[in-house]
Amino acid sequence: MSNEAYITGIGMSEVGVRLTRSPLLLTVDAVKEAIADAGLTLDQIDGVATYPGKMASFLGFSPVSSDDLIEVLGLETRWHIGAAETTAQLGAIAEAANAVKAGLARHVICFRTVYEAAALARPEEFPPMERRKDVSGNSQWVSPFGAFSAANWTAQFAMRHMKRYGLTREQLAQVALNDHANAAINPRALVKKPLTMDDYMSARLISTPFCLYDCDRFTDASTVVIVSAGDAIDEVKTTPIRIAATAGSVERYSWDQAEWAGAYPTGRDLWKNTDYQPKDVDTVQLYDGFAFQPITWLEGLGFCGIGEGGLFLEGGKRIARDGALPMNTGGGQLGWGRLHGFGFAFEAVVQLRGEGGARQIGGDPRVAIATSGGGPMAAALLLTKD
Amino acid sequence: MAWQRSRPRLDNDNRAFWTGGADGKLNITRCNDCGGFIHPPREICRHCQSENVAPFAVAGTGSVDTYTVNHQAWAKDMDVPFVIARVKLDDAPGVYLTTNIVNCPVDAVDVDDRVQVVFEEQDGIWYPLFEKVQ
Repeated sequence: MSNEAYITGIGMSEVGVRLTRSPLLLTVDAVKEAIADAGLTLDQIDGVATYPGKMASFLGFSPVSSDDLIEVLGLETRWHIGAAETTAQLGAIAEAANAVKAGLARHVICFRTVYEAAALARPEEFPPMERRKDVSGNSQWVSPFGAFSAANWTAQFAMRHMKRYGLTREQLAQVALNDHANAAINPRALVKKPLTMDDYMSARLISTPFCLYDCDRFTDASTVVIVSAGDAIDEVKTTPIRIAATAGSVERYSWDQAEWAGAYPTGRDLWKNTDYQPKDVDTVQLYDGFAFQPITWLEGLGFCGIGEGGLFLEGGKRIARDGALPMNTGGGQLGWGRLHGFGFAFEAVVQLRGEGGARQIGGDPRVAIATSGGGPMAAALLLTKD
Repeated sequence: MAWQRSRPRLDNDNRAFWTGGADGKLNITRCNDCGGFIHPPREICRHCQSENVAPFAVAGTGSVDTYTVNHQAWAKDMDVPFVIARVKLDDAPGVYLTTNIVNCPVDAVDVDDRVQVVFEEQDGIWYPLFEKVQ
């Protein structure tokens, strides 16, 4: 057991829009809940991991550093990391798993704090990213053409899927409909009521084929996952959820030079790192900052063939809570809020523990997948209840 | 579009791309050893790691790989809707350019449309936009 890594605690702050509580305090709220959940105390924490680390140039996107948290919690850590230059959001959890397997730490707080809605309302405190003057790096290749948002970049991949494979808006809508249906019975989710196909079809367009409901919205929240070493799980009170495999990749750092989404190589590689197979999976929690992204994950992970993602979603029954492959049972980012990747790991743990309440899927789920990342970057976790 | 486009910060890697339009040239960095194209431009070839790379004027023709009609005004002065497209250049294998398709109605653009470059200058930057080939 010592050479394994487990998720032993989960926590989340209030999830809201334009919250006034500071992002650091939201992070501490989520940590306290996760520590209590695991039955640990702060003096047992010896590692911290976050994605993408504090970003001074885009503070609302990532306002809290691993160092900030270590400082205010008075932690004595032996290992920590906060890095954007990694596979994708859940890469932070994969890195923590590697650290505990290597014996570098025993219990690691992994967190993702977002404050984009509050930042938009308080630009003097949280300056927005500069998109007009002196743009450099990746931004210079897209912003000059009005493609400011990942919505524009992702929409082009979705449009290509429509033209090449026949994906329809009705099929795409199933992601938002499913997310809203699940969020409506998740008391922590931003969305409080279901969405109809008519609502979806009459919504204003953002960037074709995406309408308003295909895009997640800025959210203020912190999500925490505690990763523990196999030889430390007798110190926790929860059912440990094993991180059975991880995978991650970057196709091309420039979104517009990538031929494929990173979900394809990462989905393929996840199965190389485990004896489990797609047929063993009880639920999938697939990154859906934009509604198209789960299609790339379903195809990349081999739940259907390339180009068949739209047909897989058609009618929505297959991905419903009582379907063959329940997807985004907590509401995903379109329903729960833009928790930016960590919400998918959180919900996978909820379902595997059987703690989903009204949204709990049946059949004693034992194997789940959580993914993060859209466009060229991707990270995936295979989580099991042994 | 009337809006003030985002202005790239010029450096040794990107200057030829963003200013080539002054001479009517769409410059894509190319490796003089292996012939491969490097975009975004860098000082080293991503195919063979040669440092013998230089801007090369391509024909400026291509096809629409994919596109989206943007309806959201991301900035106050942005006029919508407009077409954002990913253009595959004819003579620079593996290179795509994010751009706008201009001089036609937004619903007149489709994948595989043949397009050619047309430059729009603002404040010393020559933005490579594309229009449909009639």
